[in-house]
Amino acid sequence: MSEEIKEKSGIRMPSCDKLIVSSSPHIQSRSSVAGIMFKVIIALVPAMAASVYFFGFAALKLLVLTAFFCVAAEALWCMIAGKSVKTAIFDGSAVVSGLILAMNFSPATPWYVCLIGAFLAIWLGKQVFGGIGYNPFNPAIVARVALLIALPGLMTIWVPTTKMVETAQHGISQNEAYSRTFFSAADWRKLQDSVGKNASVDVVTCATPLSMVSEIPKNTDIGAKNVFSHIDNRTAWKNYFLGNVSGSLGETSTLAIIVGCFLLIIWKLINWRVPVFFVGTVFVFTGMINFFYPGITPSPVFHVLTGGLMLGAVFMATDMVTSPVTNRGSALFGVGCGLITSVIRIWGNYPEGVSFAILFMNALVPFIDKMFIRLPFGTPKKQGAGK
Amino acid sequence: MSRYPFNISTFRGGIHPENDGKKLSKDVSIRTAPLFEYYNIALQQNIGAAPKWVVNVGDTVKKGQKIAEADGFVSAPLHAPTSGVVEKIEKCPGGMGICVETLVLKSDMLDEACEFYPRIDWKECAVEDLKQRIADCGIVGMGGAAFPTSVKLSVPPDKKITDLIINGAECEPYLTADHRLMLECPEKVLIGASIMGRILGIENVHIGVEMNKVDAIETLIEHNKPYNIDIIGLDVRYPQGAEKQIIYAVTKRKVPAGGLPMDAGAVVQNVATAVAIAEAVIEGKPLFERITTVTGEAVKTPGNWRLRIGTPLVKVLELAEGIVEEPAKIILGGPMMGFAQKSLNGSIQKNSGGLVLLPPSKVTQYSSSPCIRCGRCLNACPMNINPSYLGTVIENEKFDLAMNNNVMDCIECGACAYICPAHRPLVQHIRRAKAEIRSRMASQKQSVNKK
Repeated sequence: MSEEIKEKSGIRMPSCDKLIVSSSPHIQSRSSVAGIMFKVIIALVPAMAASVYFFGFAALKLLVLTAFFCVAAEALWCMIAGKSVKTAIFDGSAVVSGLILAMNFSPATPWYVCLIGAFLAIWLGKQVFGGIGYNPFNPAIVARVALLIALPGLMTIWVPTTKMVETAQHGISQNEAYSRTFFSAADWRKLQDSVGKNASVDVVTCATPLSMVSEIPKNTDIGAKNVFSHIDNRTAWKNYFLGNVSGSLGETSTLAIIVGCFLLIIWKLINWRVPVFFVGTVFVFTGMINFFYPGITPSPVFHVLTGGLMLGAVFMATDMVTSPVTNRGSALFGVGCGLITSVIRIWGNYPEGVSFAILFMNALVPFIDKMFIRLPFGTPKKQGAGK
Repeated sequence: MSRYPFNISTFRGGIHPENDGKKLSKDVSIRTAPLFEYYNIALQQNIGAAPKWVVNVGDTVKKGQKIAEADGFVSAPLHAPTSGVVEKIEKCPGGMGICVETLVLKSDMLDEACEFYPRIDWKECAVEDLKQRIADCGIVGMGGAAFPTSVKLSVPPDKKITDLIINGAECEPYLTADHRLMLECPEKVLIGASIMGRILGIENVHIGVEMNKVDAIETLIEHNKPYNIDIIGLDVRYPQGAEKQIIYAVTKRKVPAGGLPMDAGAVVQNVATAVAIAEAVIEGKPLFERITTVTGEAVKTPGNWRLRIGTPLVKVLELAEGIVEEPAKIILGGPMMGFAQKSLNGSIQKNSGGLVLLPPSKVTQYSSSPCIRCGRCLNACPMNINPSYLGTVIENEKFDLAMNNNVMDCIECGACAYICPAHRPLVQHIRRAKAEIRSRMASQKQSVNKK
């Protein structure tokens, strides 16, 4: 080792025996996949905090549990497949998938559903295709849709937020409660009963605004317009925007998700066109239907603020791996998601269509990318027109 | 005449390295290196045909004497950097990692100059004389490409040139040689630019300088009065100095895909080339020295040096007082497009703008992971091609697909590989595909010719 440093009249010269010789560029930016995933987690923090605020400890438990199960599922697959467990876990993608999947769960979801969901997301959604980067569909959405179809009973137990329970405890009238908390009459009675008996509110279920809309034909006692007037007004909008609404963890606060969206756009982690065109299309399309046939569907503001639209548009449709790489492709992708979501919400059998829409558009991404092949710098606009 | 500071021009795409390393040497004035005992002059220092030696082993030469003459049109002569004896001509490891024919000149330490070329009054003389002088003095593109300048200035009659762009962008991180040159020799830059403008017979001469060298822009403007050159501030963004990108930034004209700058009516020349031309014309001095930045965090005293062509890299590093830590990479040229050295056996060439020694902390060797389609390479690509897709198909050896997706338009700037968060060797894949496609096309041609 004494040879390594050649001393020549006090000048230290390199030994040159450990030089890296490679093709340029010789420097690289410090960004990494793990760094990107970490930033996505940071952007999820406002939405996660809102869910904990509105649903309490149950939400926190679900988030931690699902993320843990996802990491465990990833590790287990890598062990079986003989891949490096360390690199797979430390890229952070499993944690992100887990957190986003948890945001799709109702606070009343049992732990074993989280476990099944985690394996569906990581194994069926990602690893069978070859792991990170190769999955055609967003893993969290694969798990959500699979669970929704396989275990519909367990995936649609909705519970009131802690704020709603407080409202019920203060003993306000049913009519007032309607305008503030959007229960169906039966739910309201159940909630009041359980509050009266000091039972745990965890067991009380209630409908989400969207499920109420989809169940209108069954409610013979209240007509569509009557329901709309309760769930689609300024007070209700304010509650939806801030997050005081039943639903899955990520369906509560629109505000928190918008904060996350801004972070993602500022950090250049998502193409702003996807959420903007997605939400914009839903707004315009439902707005048109609402304008021409007001009895069919609530106002566009209601559609934008309720359900998983914001969560899906900001955190799931924008998944880098499963969304188009070009700007025009991203816009088309967003419009497609928005259209399918609106159609399912208005005429479909399911109350919510965001995850189906994203899943469907994910499948089209390779074609969208082909549609918008980029012309190299300097290509004439009408290529080969003269030939 | 100057668009600065009201109009900063740029191109679409590109990157800006978080640490451009320029502060290490940008305030260090150019110093002239002392005489060394040996100079190793590589024969081929230009794109095109290698010149032919006109001296033999044992010959005595003087500074500025021609030691190799151009062999063909696209070729450039070489001149002795100092006086001395030709000790040997042999194959030595060069800067590109392959052994190249090299002349070893043993200095007599007297530094006697031969008689240089006569001075020319560039404003009055014939244009052909100016072109001939540039060819005689062995001037090549000193920004890195080393294309013989006289050839670049000989535009075919069917092409109409309207703009000459002097490239002072120096977008490569760490390098500051052009910056110092514009600060310390603004007159020569402007004269060189005017000479080339006269050769091309055009009025629109621009000098584009990145906005991280505002002092250079102001110095040039200060001296610009008699020359009336358009001095333009360019956005600080790599690869601002790439030919097609700087043409677009300055003239808003696009070089057609697969075309040459002259197809967009523009000629681009580096500022160091402009200075060499000014010296060749007004001083009659052949190209045997250049300004090189010796820098990098591993170097003890980074700086800018006037080095003779053929100075061994070991001596160059000794000028910078050696190293402070063991370098992980030694790069001849800039860190984005230069050549990693496996030893210090090489020597300074006409196109060596920098010698950069990077410590291990700056050259992390990442292992690459699958593409997550984040799209950063697409945003960074100045040629608007899709490096992410190309990287994947080339990894699977699908060269036809790569060809159909415009792999040949890549200018190999390396912005994609720089920015990739999965650390994929994108530009390296693309280089491999380009070489593969070229060799396939060549063999196809051969088989067609045989039939």
